[in-house]
Amino acid sequence: MPQLLLEILSEEIPARMQAQGARDLERMVGERLKAAGLTWDAMTAYAGPRRLTLVVEGLPAATPDRDEELKGPKTSAPDQAVEGFLRKTGLTRDALEERDGVLFARISQKGRETPQVVAETVDAVIRAFPWPKSMRWGSGTLRWVRPIKRILALFDGRVVPFAVDGIASAASSEAVSGLKSGDVTEGHRFLGSVAPFTVRDFADYRQKLEREFVLIDAADRRLRILEAAKAACAAKGLALVDDDGLLDEVAGLAEWPTPILGDMDPQFLDLPPEVVRLSMKVHQKYFAVRDPATHALAPHFVVVANVEASDGGKALAAGNSRVLSARLNDARFFWDEDRKAGNFDAWLKKLQGVTFHAKLGTMHDRVERIAALAREIAPLVGADPDEAYEAARLAKADLASGMVGEFPELQGVMGGYYAREPFPLEGGRAGLGVEASTTSAAPDVSNTERGSPAATPIPDPSPLQGEGRDRMADAIRDHYKPQGPADTVPTAPLTVAVALADKLDTLVGFFAIDEKPTGSKDPFALRRAALGVIRLVLENDVRARLRDLTATQADQYPRRLGDGDAAGAAEDIELLLFFADRLKVLLRDQGQRHDLVDAVFALGDDDLVRIVRRVEALGAFLATDDGANLLAGYKRASNILRAEARKGDIPEGMVETGLPGQPEAETTLAFAVAAARTAVDEALAREDFAAAMTALARLRAPVDAFFEEVLVNSDVPAERDNRLKLLGQVRAVMGQVADFGQIAG
Amino acid sequence: MTSDPQKSPLSFQDLILTLQRYWGDQGCALLQPYDIEVGAGTLHPATVLRALGPRPWKAAYVQPSRRPGDGRYGENPNRLQHYYQFQVILKPNPDDLQALYLGSLEAIGIDPKLHDIRFVEDDWENPTVGAWGLGWEVWCDGMEVTQFTYFQGVGGIEVDVVSGELTYGLERLAMYVQGVDNVYDLRFNNDGLTYGEVFLENERQQSEANFHGYDVDGLKRRFEDMVAEVSRLLAMTGPQGQALVLPAYDQVLKASHLFNLMDARGAIAVAERQSYIGRIRDLCKACALAYVEQERNAA
Repeated sequence: MPQLLLEILSEEIPARMQAQGARDLERMVGERLKAAGLTWDAMTAYAGPRRLTLVVEGLPAATPDRDEELKGPKTSAPDQAVEGFLRKTGLTRDALEERDGVLFARISQKGRETPQVVAETVDAVIRAFPWPKSMRWGSGTLRWVRPIKRILALFDGRVVPFAVDGIASAASSEAVSGLKSGDVTEGHRFLGSVAPFTVRDFADYRQKLEREFVLIDAADRRLRILEAAKAACAAKGLALVDDDGLLDEVAGLAEWPTPILGDMDPQFLDLPPEVVRLSMKVHQKYFAVRDPATHALAPHFVVVANVEASDGGKALAAGNSRVLSARLNDARFFWDEDRKAGNFDAWLKKLQGVTFHAKLGTMHDRVERIAALAREIAPLVGADPDEAYEAARLAKADLASGMVGEFPELQGVMGGYYAREPFPLEGGRAGLGVEASTTSAAPDVSNTERGSPAATPIPDPSPLQGEGRDRMADAIRDHYKPQGPADTVPTAPLTVAVALADKLDTLVGFFAIDEKPTGSKDPFALRRAALGVIRLVLENDVRARLRDLTATQADQYPRRLGDGDAAGAAEDIELLLFFADRLKVLLRDQGQRHDLVDAVFALGDDDLVRIVRRVEALGAFLATDDGANLLAGYKRASNILRAEARKGDIPEGMVETGLPGQPEAETTLAFAVAAARTAVDEALAREDFAAAMTALARLRAPVDAFFEEVLVNSDVPAERDNRLKLLGQVRAVMGQVADFGQIAG
Repeated sequence: MTSDPQKSPLSFQDLILTLQRYWGDQGCALLQPYDIEVGAGTLHPATVLRALGPRPWKAAYVQPSRRPGDGRYGENPNRLQHYYQFQVILKPNPDDLQALYLGSLEAIGIDPKLHDIRFVEDDWENPTVGAWGLGWEVWCDGMEVTQFTYFQGVGGIEVDVVSGELTYGLERLAMYVQGVDNVYDLRFNNDGLTYGEVFLENERQQSEANFHGYDVDGLKRRFEDMVAEVSRLLAMTGPQGQALVLPAYDQVLKASHLFNLMDARGAIAVAERQSYIGRIRDLCKACALAYVEQERNAA
């Protein structure tokens, strides 16, 4: 069966768009070929710095002939329906057949040649391609991610002729210049023959390109980088610092990726390793290298070049090394400037001018709110309230530092380093030399090499030294954690207090201004924040009611945000439901049934630790025979009560025992329910959910016996009333533990 | 011209002469620097205005860039408040612009088989003049040496015909070609003159003036004067009945530079910043609209 080979050669495609480009090409071509009635055996797309390639194996030479009868509207149908049918079939009224008052259309079409379909497909796909950003070039109107240079389209070894916006695809012999031929491509920009060449099919294409220094498959490029980079490191007794994101990116920047080990000036090793690694990665796209014995960074880097240089890469390694030194010099400048005394004060002042969100005030406002909340939370997590307040106040200061301005990813990390510097964190308290440097008309000047008065170290008069300072620095460093499901959860009490306050402020604030996540959109990462709160609470066993925590924070906002208390209450509920959803996702990921979470949430509890314990106990209980049977009994009782409720009010009140002729099963159940109620109350008061489940388990036999032996709907009204009261009590006592009505099964 | 930079790397002025010769041979008009302070070579009317309208245009020129906030008193080996860009604009962009560009690198002694030349995504945008384009920063051994842009819009208007724009950072390129780590050590000519001898004192004095010297109230006053002037000039007509776009645009450039000076003096509060930039952008847009109308009528 014939093969289709398509290549769209362009100028350099941004690395981050390549993989999706390949997926989109495969999807869009597939959809259109399928719509034309074509089938195939296999379809694979490849993307690289200059080309998208698609190969489709096992296409037929033509689309199938079509011979079918379509049933249309009745002859009596309104004109519009008939016209619609004519449009759909492309026939005229007299071509329709009439049978039993119904119109039929006979469609008979010869199959179309596949190349014709392909030509139309490529044209349509190019015009509708969903690049994140696309552009025009020259005087044309076509849009692509960067200018298209050639289109190669071969079907069964022959060129598929078509032209897109002046980019011709014709047999090479027909093309005037030979540059825009349909079976021609070109290899690497600098290596190999650097001349266009023709190909016959995919195997030929792939092989010739490889000979011309192009690997079309990103997986091949990644492998080549990884193997060569590791080998280069190992040859010097070093180890590569793995970085999958960087690997993907550099694999998209070179058609013939060639890793080269370069030297970094060792004087920069005294910079924080995070800074060195980010400088390498963000600015230069280098891999870091470490000493396998100490795991510390080694004074080297791996650059992935696009050429196999004739001098073995010596000149380009030296060039890259010089550029890296310049970068690290910039980083050192920030590092030195940022560690000057008085900076925390200056930064906090700067945050007054930084908008967090138009409706949620400045970063400074936010810091004040977080600090106030951290103070409230501190006792719940075993931290000192004043310390928590201070740590939270300083936690965001590094956002105004030079280094975080350069590398936003280092927020928190840098604050953690700077907070360990031997100067008072709060100049305001020490009071010296700080005002002068911050109120200067040109704050930027202090960022020049001229130095500034603030450079003079001031002895630390603050009581926060040693352990206290470390605790605080840790809290500043880690308060953004956990940043995702894979991130670790802080456990130091001070850090937990600040981390919780940070996330709760985000959640309450954005809910208050109605910026909630919808569908796949969550621009403020509120889901992550809520999951962070849940994990912080659960993994640290923090006993607090969410409602109390969020309400405390809501008080921090000016009233204008909510429309009075009513609106505030509504936000409150929405936020709690949002937490419930996140908890459900978390527990489901841990293998818990989501209906159990619903059953427990329905009780209105918002102490996450208690909720999870209850869910766990409930899960264990329902897994037992007693649990499963009691659930069935509960459902039966509920169904009866619901059915009877439709007839009139369900009687409530004391269940009577010792009535004449009362079945034993009824009195036994009555006593069992009373006993269970006492036992459940006691167990719940102790938060011993296993014991509460055990107490319920004792109801199983009496409930089963009751349904076996007693007819609820007795003809005697008093008997019926008493039995309905009894069922109501069964439901009520079970309902204290969970809403069993929400449980499936 | 040698192709091996190790043997006899080009002096700063020979680098410029080589690029001029190269692009002159490609049919570019070799213009001279614009006589108004600009923050980037793109702002020269030969680029930002000529990119508008349907008429073809090819030009190359050196343009000093003034970035008052980047001054470092001559003490930083890589940062200057006054430096040079070599600017090329080809409208419409030729199909082989990348190849032409690579040819220019070879002309100044960079062998692409010995060095690592890359086109790394960098979509260019200049919000103060409402211009944007798609392209790359071109890396040579990890260093950005050129900004390569296909103009898509200017002054908030989508272009009729796409221009290819190349901006070479001349000092960086020269440092690379000469293998020098400090800009002031660059050989300026082949007669022993260094870049530092030409410009170090200028950096010292200008940095001081930029950060501490200029009278902020005076700058603000002049800024407002320039802004008023733009609208006034745009409302006037020339001998053929045209709006006075070109002089009006000059005033926009002056206002923009005054803004940069105020910024370096620390006189722009965070809250005011956007509003200043917005005003300049609006003025620029007014000029662009008037210019594009003239061009379309002329074509």
